[in-house]
Amino acid sequence: MNELPQQLANGLILGAMYGLIAIGYTMVYGIIQLINFAHGEIFMIGGFGALTVYLWMPAGSNLLAIVPLMIIGGVICSVAISVAAERFAYRPLRTAPRLAPLITAIGLSLALQQAIWKWYPNATKDHPFPQFKGDAFDILGANIQRGDLFVLIAAPVCMIALGLFVSKTRSGRGMQATSQDPDTAKLMGINTDRIIVMAFAIGAAFAAVAAVAYGLKNGQIGFRMGFIMGLKAFTAAVLGGIGNIYGAMLGGVVLGVAESLATGYMSDVPGMDLFGGGAWKDVWAFVLLIIVLLLRPQGLLGERVADRA
Amino acid sequence: MTALLQVEDLRVAYGKIEAVKGISFTVEAGQVVTLIGTNGAGKTTTLRTLSGLLKPIGGQILFEGKPLTNIPAHKIVSLGLAHSPEGRHIFPRLTITENLLLGAYLRNDKAGIEKDVQRAYDLFPILGERRKQAAGTLSGGEQQMLAMGRALMSQPKLLMLDEPSMGLSPIMMQKIMQTIVELKAQGTTILLVEQNAQAALSLADHGHVMEVGKIVLSGTGQNLLHDESVRKAYLGED
Repeated sequence: MNELPQQLANGLILGAMYGLIAIGYTMVYGIIQLINFAHGEIFMIGGFGALTVYLWMPAGSNLLAIVPLMIIGGVICSVAISVAAERFAYRPLRTAPRLAPLITAIGLSLALQQAIWKWYPNATKDHPFPQFKGDAFDILGANIQRGDLFVLIAAPVCMIALGLFVSKTRSGRGMQATSQDPDTAKLMGINTDRIIVMAFAIGAAFAAVAAVAYGLKNGQIGFRMGFIMGLKAFTAAVLGGIGNIYGAMLGGVVLGVAESLATGYMSDVPGMDLFGGGAWKDVWAFVLLIIVLLLRPQGLLGERVADRA
Repeated sequence: MTALLQVEDLRVAYGKIEAVKGISFTVEAGQVVTLIGTNGAGKTTTLRTLSGLLKPIGGQILFEGKPLTNIPAHKIVSLGLAHSPEGRHIFPRLTITENLLLGAYLRNDKAGIEKDVQRAYDLFPILGERRKQAAGTLSGGEQQMLAMGRALMSQPKLLMLDEPSMGLSPIMMQKIMQTIVELKAQGTTILLVEQNAQAALSLADHGHVMEVGKIVLSGTGQNLLHDESVRKAYLGED
């Protein structure tokens, strides 16, 4: 059996998750040039929010029926924490040197991890997350687990909605204006503080959707899950061109597929047989990042802005 | 009758450095008033304070009799004060039309907005021809037109123009100045900041000369234009 379709499908599923998380990095960076290192934990908290809703439901409920409620629960938790972080941790540092909010973000990341570890019941170990039962679907020669279909549908839906929001609505235009020139945006009557909150909220909501996808795929979530997923998603955002929402999704997919192909095929490359398999996939992900940044420092879809004076 | 804009003893500082040291002037509805002076005189600082981007450390700004000093920048435009900033600051990755629509960000009258977009194209035909183009691809003069057109989209009671002629070719500069005359004829009230004293004074009703944060001389545009010290200092005559 040809396993290429399977590897591509695995990469796409993983990449769509990276992409959804990467949106949060890219939007916040695009507007206030902050790398929100706590975003991985916002993703993790979305997972715990969704799990909590699941645990409230009567045993034996139909999972398909309660997934929407789990998404809502996850989104509420992620957005609430993210907006609070913006308001109380980042906003007071808006005019501080760039290093101050960056360090705050790293501190916040650790604090949120520890808070879940300490206060979420039994979160010191991984929690089982519900999964769809039943046979995998055979799509174009690849086996797609039922739970994995979720992210393959959710990611494009989220992207189309975000694209329409940014280009067609007044707030979306205000968001673009704020990211290009915040002071002048204020002169247009745009409440830039509100736009910044909106960017944090949208990014958090997308991260929560990704967290539900992560849980459905892996069957478990834990307080540490945000670290490596966040790092990969940040890589995806840089890979795609930080500040560009489509770049974030593209970067995610490219990264996911590259990881998956490296895992599957690297050991077949003569002389590289030691470097194949899952253990090396993170290495290949970052090798890819370095190559792209050497050849195209602005990222795949990043723009070198030539603003004429 | 109260003036449209009344500035009293305005003081603005960057940290400990006072850039505007207590200036007072008024703008009556329908007038063109100009602030002239060299680099660093505090002209741009004054405009940025009027539109709320900077907070004054003292003094009073009254717009239609209401104090402006504690109103955040994004609410000031809705009171009728539009600001075309120094260096144009168009949104480079948005199209010309999108830039104009941002000027009307707070307006809800769709038909009126469309009419005013058309009016901007009539005022500056080149913008109409390139409406779908990213604003960053325009030349300096075209960007200046866009910045002015965008400021007009909020239907301002007072239009503040900061250095509209900066860095432009003489032909383009003439065109911009002509537009200001046109806008004046239509009854637009304008507060014009310029380094090009000749051009600014010849079309202004009133002018104020600023030097290191203070107004050192005031008068009608024509009087200043013929004032000997102004001619020496700003018009390059011996």
